[in-house]
Amino acid sequence: MSARLDHLGLGFVAILIVAAILVPLLSLVVSPDSAFYLPPYLVQLLGKYLCYAILAVALDLVWGYCGILSLGHGAFFALGGYAMGMYLMRQIGTRGVYANPILPDFMVFLNWKELPVAWWGFNWFPYAMLMVVLVPGLLALAFGWFAFRSRVTGVYLSIITQAMTFALFKEFFRNDFGFGGNNGLTDFKDLLGFSLQAASTKAALFSASAIALILAYAVSRAIIGSKYGKALMAVRDAESRMRFIGYRVENYKLFAFVVSAIIAGIAGALYVPQVGIINPSEFAPANSIEAAIWVAVGGRGTLIGAAIGAIAVNFAKTYFTGAFPEYWLYGLGLLFVLGTLFLPKGLLGLALRGSEPKPREVVSVDAVEEGAEP
Amino acid sequence: MSEAGSPSLTQTLLYLDGVSVSFDGYKALRSLSLVLLPGEMRAIIGPNGAGKTTMMDVITGKTRPDEGEVMFDGRHDLTKLDEAEIATLGVGRKFQKPTVFENHTVEDNLLLATKAPRSVRATLFGREDSETLQTINAILATTRLTDHRARIAGSLSHGQKQWLEIGMLLAQDPKLLLVDEPVAGMTDSETAATADLLREIARDHSVIVVEHDMHFVRELGVKVTCLHEGAVLAEGTLDQVSADPRVVEVYLGR
Amino acid sequence: MTSSNDCRLAAHDFARGFALRALRALGVLALLAFATTARADAVDDTLAKFLDDKFPQTEAAIGELAAEAPPQAAAILEALGDNRLLIDPADHLVAYKTVAGVLLNAKTGEPVQGLDAAAFKKVRVNNALRSAIEGAMGSLTLANPDPEKRLAAAEDVFRTHDAKALPALQAQLGKESDPRVVAALKLAQASIFATSDSASPQDRLSAIATLKERGDQDAQSLIDGIAQKATDPAVKSAAAAALSAIHTRLALWGVAQNLWYGISASSVLLLAAIGLAITFGVMGVINMAHGEMVMLGAYSTYVVQTLLPPSLQNWSLAFAIPLAFVVAGAVGIAIERLVIRFLYTRPLETLLATWGVSLILQQLVRSLFGANNRLVSNPPFMSGAFEIGGLSITTNRLWIIVLSAVVFIGLQLVLRATPFGLQMRAVTQNRRMAASMGISTARIDMLAFGLGSGVAGIAGVALSQIDNVSPNLGQGYIIDSFMVVVFGGVGNLWGTAFGALLIGLANKLLEPLIGAVQGQIVLLIFIILFIQRRPRGLFALRGRAVEA
Repeated sequence: MSARLDHLGLGFVAILIVAAILVPLLSLVVSPDSAFYLPPYLVQLLGKYLCYAILAVALDLVWGYCGILSLGHGAFFALGGYAMGMYLMRQIGTRGVYANPILPDFMVFLNWKELPVAWWGFNWFPYAMLMVVLVPGLLALAFGWFAFRSRVTGVYLSIITQAMTFALFKEFFRNDFGFGGNNGLTDFKDLLGFSLQAASTKAALFSASAIALILAYAVSRAIIGSKYGKALMAVRDAESRMRFIGYRVENYKLFAFVVSAIIAGIAGALYVPQVGIINPSEFAPANSIEAAIWVAVGGRGTLIGAAIGAIAVNFAKTYFTGAFPEYWLYGLGLLFVLGTLFLPKGLLGLALRGSEPKPREVVSVDAVEEGAEP
Repeated sequence: MSEAGSPSLTQTLLYLDGVSVSFDGYKALRSLSLVLLPGEMRAIIGPNGAGKTTMMDVITGKTRPDEGEVMFDGRHDLTKLDEAEIATLGVGRKFQKPTVFENHTVEDNLLLATKAPRSVRATLFGREDSETLQTINAILATTRLTDHRARIAGSLSHGQKQWLEIGMLLAQDPKLLLVDEPVAGMTDSETAATADLLREIARDHSVIVVEHDMHFVRELGVKVTCLHEGAVLAEGTLDQVSADPRVVEVYLGR
Repeated sequence: MTSSNDCRLAAHDFARGFALRALRALGVLALLAFATTARADAVDDTLAKFLDDKFPQTEAAIGELAAEAPPQAAAILEALGDNRLLIDPADHLVAYKTVAGVLLNAKTGEPVQGLDAAAFKKVRVNNALRSAIEGAMGSLTLANPDPEKRLAAAEDVFRTHDAKALPALQAQLGKESDPRVVAALKLAQASIFATSDSASPQDRLSAIATLKERGDQDAQSLIDGIAQKATDPAVKSAAAAALSAIHTRLALWGVAQNLWYGISASSVLLLAAIGLAITFGVMGVINMAHGEMVMLGAYSTYVVQTLLPPSLQNWSLAFAIPLAFVVAGAVGIAIERLVIRFLYTRPLETLLATWGVSLILQQLVRSLFGANNRLVSNPPFMSGAFEIGGLSITTNRLWIIVLSAVVFIGLQLVLRATPFGLQMRAVTQNRRMAASMGISTARIDMLAFGLGSGVAGIAGVALSQIDNVSPNLGQGYIIDSFMVVVFGGVGNLWGTAFGALLIGLANKLLEPLIGAVQGQIVLLIFIILFIQRRPRGLFALRGRAVEA
């Protein structure tokens, strides 16, 4: 990683720190009449962008540094979101439509008599937070263990990650599965006793998201900077070569994949209280692919590029879906096509061009050997 | 299957017996047997399709043999292990086409190859000690890459990449080195230097060199095994082997 | 009105009067005349039972009408069921109103005249009576001269298993000549034996034998009824044996039906996936816009149907299939030339770029045709369904199976018997070698992409016949198609066919066991586990070149 990129990273962190302090001030302290006033809905929107940015950093960790294009990261994000959503559901208590102190409304509606085991403990915040980390992490561990051990790579891996999120997408749609079915979880009231409607809660969630993004970046950066990170990139560039010098490639991939899934889960957990709902559509394969384009547009293998890409693309999405709703999909489609064709290193790559020797196009050892003598 | 007078299993470094591999009916190896003693350097020659690379694949765990025995150090059954385990036991491999980590610096290439714990935890939290640094410095000097240590490996010349790869093998410090066509595409002087380097390495390592270049093999001056159609055709000094009428026939045709 | 009253009285006693006169005048015909009179008397007695307007009496009257079967019986019973049977107890008259509202004498069927309609009141019926009426109607038509009517009547009795129809049934069975009607009558009789409490063990045994022959759901529940009621051990064991035989038979038909659904689903999957297998096989890139090629094919069908004059609608598919192939193929070639070609060394980014293309195509179609589903109708030869044994087969799905088989064979021929196919297989197996032998890989890529996309277009024509045509059509099939290709491996269309068959069948066979969604999830997990064993698919080429 170039020194310039690290400098940019520091700048990025500095901006986030400023934002984490400034945004609550502009929202809570500045008078609504002032030109600098940030209304709560904007704070919420910015907070949402930051959650997407965290997801993008997570994805970049596996795609940019390990060559795993996961088309299922939306699943980890959504699982983290559901874990948070379950906590928020349990917090509603008797304020629900059916005023059942234990059962969330949808369970009463489905005529369930008792709380499913999967929901136990979610009224306790630390347990819910543990699940935010544990559920995506364990899924990634199980899935990755199978996939990497059997050397599923490249597009095959992308396709089965997509199948994974698709399976969850379908499963969560079922009422019987016990997580609110089609409607998902919503009508949240408060988080740790703070009303989700309050401007102060929104500001706090924004700051929390900014801090989480800083931590996600810092952790990823530390991982990349270690010898492990060098090994990980070597796995990306020449996987079988790494095997022949004695590295357990599958373990290297698995660690990155699990860490990435956990970061994505945390992003989802921060996202849900800010948007007020989590439903199965978060598992839709399209969401995961969209996350990949944020990373591609921002510049993969740069971490901050991924975050910037997420924020930029989502800002554009907010703008275009409001101003020209029928053209947004054309825009997004073109972004996918033109971005991959003309910006292989992303926006940040464009900005950094010339600052380091042009790396060769990576062709894996496997591909190289294919043409060898029979 | 092993030849008369061959040493007992426990004395060998590498012991292949009756190894067969086939791909979709094509027999790449037919009951191949080969014995390598500790400290020995061996050259493997043979025409295209003789099974040289497949043999390397079997030894390094890339390809599982359909039948046969592959023992390392007299006690490790290599057919049961995967690439990383075999590499950790002390088998290093240099590919025909130089494969270095093109986006890493020369120094990082060597660092990754250096003999050190390979677990995720070790690489994640470990710090490079001065000993590692000394090893790397020494290898950089041996492979004449000291001036290029901070360069991205992808920008090296072909010969430099070959040397870097040999340097990475040295950093691994394996008991057995498998070297596939190390001088392909090298100039004469580079070839000569490479032969020197390999002989140097052979002093404290066992080496198997696969090579087409007969001048190079002669320069190495070691025992030669000629493979043909997946089995050993002849074995001995280069002069003996090249005098063997069957070898002549295989190389020159009828 | 008085004159009509006279008429009524005259009419009332017409038959009896006629008989008396005849007896006096023509002694020779006395015997015959007596018979007629006796019969007329019986009808009178029967009709008289309606006059009481009491349920038991009415029921007896229904039974007698069915047994005696006078010419008006059917009309009377029908009227009774519809609350159109009227009585005038004072005048001792039974009449009924036709659907058109004309009042007819129940006995003679002649219009009733000179009577105040207000004098009549309706004969009350309850549900028990209604079923008695149905049974009686059934037995009435048992004697109909038209064998089709008799057959229908016998089947009616089988459904209602009304014991009151038994005498008529047995009478008809004695003289019936049409074998189909005989079989139906026997079944009807068996159904009565099966449900009647008073049937003898012999009757029940014969009923079981007949019902076992029929072997469907109805027979099963009837025999089950016998098993519940019977005390005779022989009957009980016969019933149990018949039940288990029927159970097995039904289970087998059930499996067969699911197999059919599975094969049908497989054929759709095969159509959708086979083009993907070609492009993935040749170029090693996954075209995420493949589903949109399918969608374009479906919209081509829609356009053809909209533009064709009604006289040619029967032939719409003959126009739609080539058009879909050309449209989707042309778009595929355009994608290859404009996008994929430049990303050849970056397969992962090809995923993203083609996904972008799919978004654009979806939105384009949405802009052109609207976001709503478009209705594409089946041509007549593709609509409807028929039954084979316990199987119900829809014609459109049958044709899709035929189409997928034709497409599969056609592609095999292209691959095996044309120079293009040979070159394509060469590129699939070893691109570098093929290129060095002078094959223009760029040209092959382009054509293969066109071919694969065109076939996807044909799949769209098929899908338009069974699914909603909407801009999202392709998305519903794309992931399953990926699974087929991943499972089947590349470079071999048999792998694709096998993958499609396995995934289609497994989906449909798992569905009744664990539900549709669960079934899909189990399948996904299976495929993920399967890739562990065979990372390059079931039919993957093996060899050093591809083993890396």
